[in-house]
Amino acid sequence: MSIQRHTVSVLVNNQPGVLQRVSGLFGRRGFNIDSITVGESEEPGLSRMVIVTTGDDKTLEQVSKQLYKLIDVIKVVDLSSNPMVARELALIKVNAEPSARPEILGVVETFRAAVVDIGPSSLIVQVVGDSDKIDAMVELLKPYGIRELSRTGVTAMIRGSVK
Amino acid sequence: MNVQTTEKSKEQLRAELLKPDVITGSEILLRSLLLEGVDCVFGYPGGAVLYIYDAMHGNPDFNHLLTRHEQGAIHAADGYARSTGKVGVCIATSGPGATNLVTGIATAYMDSVPLVVITGNVATTVIGTDAFQEADITGITMPITKHSYLVRDVKDLPRVIKEAFHIANTGRKGPVLIDIPKDVSNATCEFHYPETVNIRGYNPTVMPNKLQVEKMLEAIAESERPVIIAGGGVVAADASAELLEFVEKTRIPVTTTLLGLGGFPSSHELWMGMPGMHGTYAANMALQSCDLLISIGARFDDRVTMKVKGFAPQAKKIVHIDVDPAEIGKIIETAIPCVGDVKNVLQLANQKAKPAKSEAWIETVKENVKNKPLRYKDSDTELKPQYVIEMINETTRGEAIVTTDVGQHQMWAAQYYKFNHPRSMITSGGLGTMGFGFPSAIGAQMAHPDRTVVSINGDGGMQMCSQELAVCAINNIPVKIVVINNQVLGMVRQWQEIIYDNRYSHIDLAGSPDFVKLAEAYGVKGLRATNKEEAHKVWREALDTPGPVLVEFVVRKGENVYPMVTQGSTLDEMIMGDSE
Repeated sequence: MSIQRHTVSVLVNNQPGVLQRVSGLFGRRGFNIDSITVGESEEPGLSRMVIVTTGDDKTLEQVSKQLYKLIDVIKVVDLSSNPMVARELALIKVNAEPSARPEILGVVETFRAAVVDIGPSSLIVQVVGDSDKIDAMVELLKPYGIRELSRTGVTAMIRGSVK
Repeated sequence: MNVQTTEKSKEQLRAELLKPDVITGSEILLRSLLLEGVDCVFGYPGGAVLYIYDAMHGNPDFNHLLTRHEQGAIHAADGYARSTGKVGVCIATSGPGATNLVTGIATAYMDSVPLVVITGNVATTVIGTDAFQEADITGITMPITKHSYLVRDVKDLPRVIKEAFHIANTGRKGPVLIDIPKDVSNATCEFHYPETVNIRGYNPTVMPNKLQVEKMLEAIAESERPVIIAGGGVVAADASAELLEFVEKTRIPVTTTLLGLGGFPSSHELWMGMPGMHGTYAANMALQSCDLLISIGARFDDRVTMKVKGFAPQAKKIVHIDVDPAEIGKIIETAIPCVGDVKNVLQLANQKAKPAKSEAWIETVKENVKNKPLRYKDSDTELKPQYVIEMINETTRGEAIVTTDVGQHQMWAAQYYKFNHPRSMITSGGLGTMGFGFPSAIGAQMAHPDRTVVSINGDGGMQMCSQELAVCAINNIPVKIVVINNQVLGMVRQWQEIIYDNRYSHIDLAGSPDFVKLAEAYGVKGLRATNKEEAHKVWREALDTPGPVLVEFVVRKGENVYPMVTQGSTLDEMIMGDSE
């Protein structure tokens, strides 16, 4: 069994402590969390968590079964077993003296990212995409000097009408 | 003067309880517990639960037993639950009261025991400010509860209690915690107790997939060397009768785990004893040579499998019956999973069950049972712990409820007491909690006032909750408390002898109290025996005494539990020791 990256969507009751229940379960069972995002879902009272985890198929099966044991967990879906859209947002504050700006803007344009703030010697770049795209963007901006980097983690959805 | 009966009928009481009066959270709690049929609550008051305790004052319908430590309360509630199958309830105050419950909650969680644990908390207005006696008990206990609630609004309280009982005692059972802030227990609202529960994220699968059951029956019909490993799930599901029928129809030899003891009659010709680290030769060898392994409500604990990678190596198929789907494939890869309540699964299976081709195999198993029984070198000069257990077994004819603490005496009790009924062995299996044995007996005795309850303890564990002797004395709870005194931490000593090359590190319990005097100091009768003759005499006296009695048996210090499989070994690599 190969170790793979899995994206798991977890529909939960929007109760205080539910994030602690879910993340605590991952911690104590020795499951990995690469990223976790939470927000409201289409249904009032329910939130959707998207968790990126690595492990073999057996681990993933246990992740799902253990999650279902939590009373506040309504539904668990392994998104990565389906065609899916996965997106992450990053804000990157990069050194940008006026002389370097045209070059940076070129990179931003190529990636279809956006500059959302300009300071005297820095820019904040906002980039949305899958994790690989954000990794690539970060790599390209590194030579200019990254002052601050903030990534949201992945949120994801299955394409089309597959449920 | 007219003599009227003051005893209310159940219907009368129920109607009174259900009245939509405007009452406090505390009264809501009490009424709800009574409506859930709780007949005894174990607890310890403190600041944050004083409104609740005030509501109990003068309430003739509500039965509360004051223990001397919160740990005593929760283990007693646990013993009550294990011996009855009903939900055990305990109450503690916030902060230290609540944290003193943690060991007991974890104990119940590991063994899937239904408990509703009620804790007080500081007022909602000061939660999160490090107020006096504040602890985030829902946070602390999240990994060891099936579910938990922090009730912030008194209006939620009836629904929360209803849900808590439902969650605790359905599916895979377990402890549920309800944390009630002090102001919530004093706030008022109109009382409406819900009739039904509707929890969207909670629908345990209790009915099995028919196809899987049929696959199991096919596998049985083809097998020549089948074995059943029956665990605590059989007892929890009240499925002993169904298991017996299943075994008689399929002709499969049975081994019962520590928590499964009593789930199948030990007197049955197809019973092989307990498996695992201190299992019998017959059970362990059968597991290692079976071609079909059927786990029924057992979860492949490492004390049973030992080295997983050499466990049941010849089993072509493994069937796993469990109400908790997460247990399937957790430790052992399973060919035929049957998710469902053990009782339902077996009832379905019994409709069509046919015998395996097992008669030759049964002969082999029976020979092993006969030729390699549990045995020990008896002595006429020293009292042997195994002898004491055998004596207790004979005098109670295997009919007592036995609770044990954790250690060597626990294994000897499991080996030498012959359990024929479910819910008669009460022991901390998963967590291995010292201090559990004695208070759990109090709970079992409260639930079964007319039965003989024997609590078997070591000299170490007895000192972890000995303060509860006061509870036995004051309430005349007639538990027969056995202390098997070998003056050391016996199981640790055994490991240090066998695995750590006789390097005995911090196991000497010198300084233990005179247990007879300790009992007497609390007003409990104390007796001691140091040889066989005294043992019989004082034990008879204990059984004939109506109230609680503590009996200390001073036994040989260096006695070991055999057979033994050390960690990293497979089940067929048993050290037979004295039993050879």
